[in-house]
Amino acid sequence: MALANVLQSESVDFSNYGRKCRGFSSSLYETELGLESVGGDNLSFAVRTACSDGDGPERKIQFLHGTTTLAFKFQHGVIVAVDSRATAGAYIASQTVKKVIEINPYLLGTMAGGAADCSFWERLLARQCRVYELRNKERISVAAASKLLANMVYQYKGMGLSMGTMVCGWDKTGPGLYYVDSEGNRVCGDLFAVGSGSMYAYGIVDSGLKQKDLTVEEACDLGCRAIYQATYRDAYSGGQVNLYHVHSEGWNRVSQSDVLMLHQQYQAEKA
Amino acid sequence: MAARYDRAITVFSPDGHLFQVEYAQEAVKKGSTAVGIRGKDIVVLGVEKKSVAKLQEERTVRKICALDDHVCMAFAGLTADARIVINRARVECQSHRLTVEDPVTVEYITRHIATLKQRYTQSNGRRPFGISALIVGFDCDGTPRLYQTDPSGTYHAWKANAIGRSAKTVREFLEKNYTEESIATDNESIKLAIKALLEVVQSGGKNIELAVIRRNQSLKLLESKEIETLVTEIEKEKEEEAEKKKQKKST
Repeated sequence: MALANVLQSESVDFSNYGRKCRGFSSSLYETELGLESVGGDNLSFAVRTACSDGDGPERKIQFLHGTTTLAFKFQHGVIVAVDSRATAGAYIASQTVKKVIEINPYLLGTMAGGAADCSFWERLLARQCRVYELRNKERISVAAASKLLANMVYQYKGMGLSMGTMVCGWDKTGPGLYYVDSEGNRVCGDLFAVGSGSMYAYGIVDSGLKQKDLTVEEACDLGCRAIYQATYRDAYSGGQVNLYHVHSEGWNRVSQSDVLMLHQQYQAEKA
Repeated sequence: MAARYDRAITVFSPDGHLFQVEYAQEAVKKGSTAVGIRGKDIVVLGVEKKSVAKLQEERTVRKICALDDHVCMAFAGLTADARIVINRARVECQSHRLTVEDPVTVEYITRHIATLKQRYTQSNGRRPFGISALIVGFDCDGTPRLYQTDPSGTYHAWKANAIGRSAKTVREFLEKNYTEESIATDNESIKLAIKALLEVVQSGGKNIELAVIRRNQSLKLLESKEIETLVTEIEKEKEEEAEKKKQKKST
C-alpha cells in the first residue's frame, strides 16, 4: 500500500488514467476476475515516461513496453522467446513474470505492454477459440484467432489499452505468426520482436537466420541468445529467458534459463 | 383442438406439435420440385421450372442461387421467404471470410441457415420461413457436400435428396437408382438428376433447370441446349433398355 503511494507520487499520475478506462471495476485493488493486484495495479511492463506536463488523463502516454519478446518462424515451426522482468519506473518489480500465455495446446500469445490487458484479452481469446472448436469441430486457424483478438481490442481503440502481442501457432496451413496490438495493427510475418529490447534482439536473430535450414536446437539457441543479448544491453529486460517451440503437434516449453547463468556460459565459450 | 394452438407459434399443442412449423412444411410441399445429387467430383442441383407467362422474362425466375464461389442452394416453397434467407446467407459467407480469413464450409453455412430458421420458430409475432433448402458445394479440402434444411430448423447431410412437390416419388427413384456406378462420372451424375426430375416433370427438358459445381470451379447453369441433348441421350438409353428386354422375352 505504502509502496503504491510512493510510486504514484513520484511518477506520472497513472492511477486516475487507469481508473477512468476500467469501465467495470471501481476499486483500485480489485478486478472483476477476483484477482488481487499486489503493490498497486500500476504493475506493468511499461516504462514510466518522465514527461512532467501534468495535464491528466487526456494526454496519450507513450508506453515503451519495457520488455523483450520475440518469435520467428523456421522450417520446423515457430520459436517463441521472452524475458521475465517487470518494471515499475526504475524499480524492478519482478524477475519471474510469465510473459508467454498458453491460449490452448497449439496456440501461444506473448505479453508486452500492460500485463492486465495482455492476460485478460488473451484469456478471452482462449475462450473464443474453444467455442469455435466446439462449434466447428476443428481447431481454429492462427489467422482467425489473431483476427478475433484484433477485432476485440479494436473496439477499445483510443481508450488506453496497451497490448503488443504475438499470436503463434500451428494450423493446417503450417506455422503461423501474427503481431497484434492495441492500436489495431495485425500483421502476418516470419519474425517479430516487441519491446524496449527488441532492437538488440533483431540484430542477433537477423544475423543468425542467414542459413535457411536451422535445426530445432540451432533455432532454440538463436532465440535464447537474442533475448540474452537484449537483456545485456536493455535495462528493462532481464530475469530468465523462457523458450517455447511450436510444432505440428502443438507447443512445448523448451527451457527456462537464468540470464546470469547464460552470461557465464557464453563468456566461457568466448574464452 | 388444432385450431386453438396454431395462432402463436411459440406455443406447443397438447400432443407436442408446433403447428405453424408443420403448416410451413405443407407450404413447402406445394412448391416446385428440386433435386440434389452429390457425385464424386461434382454436385448437381436440378429444379422444375414453372412455366412462365408469355410476356414474362424468364431470367428473373431463378430457383438456384450461388451463396459464394463454392456453395449454392436451391429451394422449394415461398419464393419471397427464400430471397431473405439467401440474402442473409450470402452476407454470412462474406462475414466469415472477413473474420476467419477462410471460405465457409458447406456445413457451417447450412448450420447458419438452420439456426436462422429455428430462431423464427421461437419468437413472438413471427412465422417460420416456408422453404426447404438444398445446399451443395465443396469444402476447402475438396469434399463434396449436400445438405437439406427444413422450416423447423433441422438440417441433415444427404447423398441425394429431393424437396417440394412429389418429393417422395423422386426420393424413391433416387433410392433405387443412386449407385456407385450411377455417379461414377460427372456426366452420369447429371443424367441421374435429369432422370429423377423427369419422373415428375411433364413435357421433358424444357421445364428443367440444372446447375452444377465442379471441384475448384464456380456454379455453372446448364444451357437449355445441353439439357435437351442429355434428355435425348436418356430417352435413347431408355429405348435401348426396352429393346433388350423385349429381345430377352422373345428368345
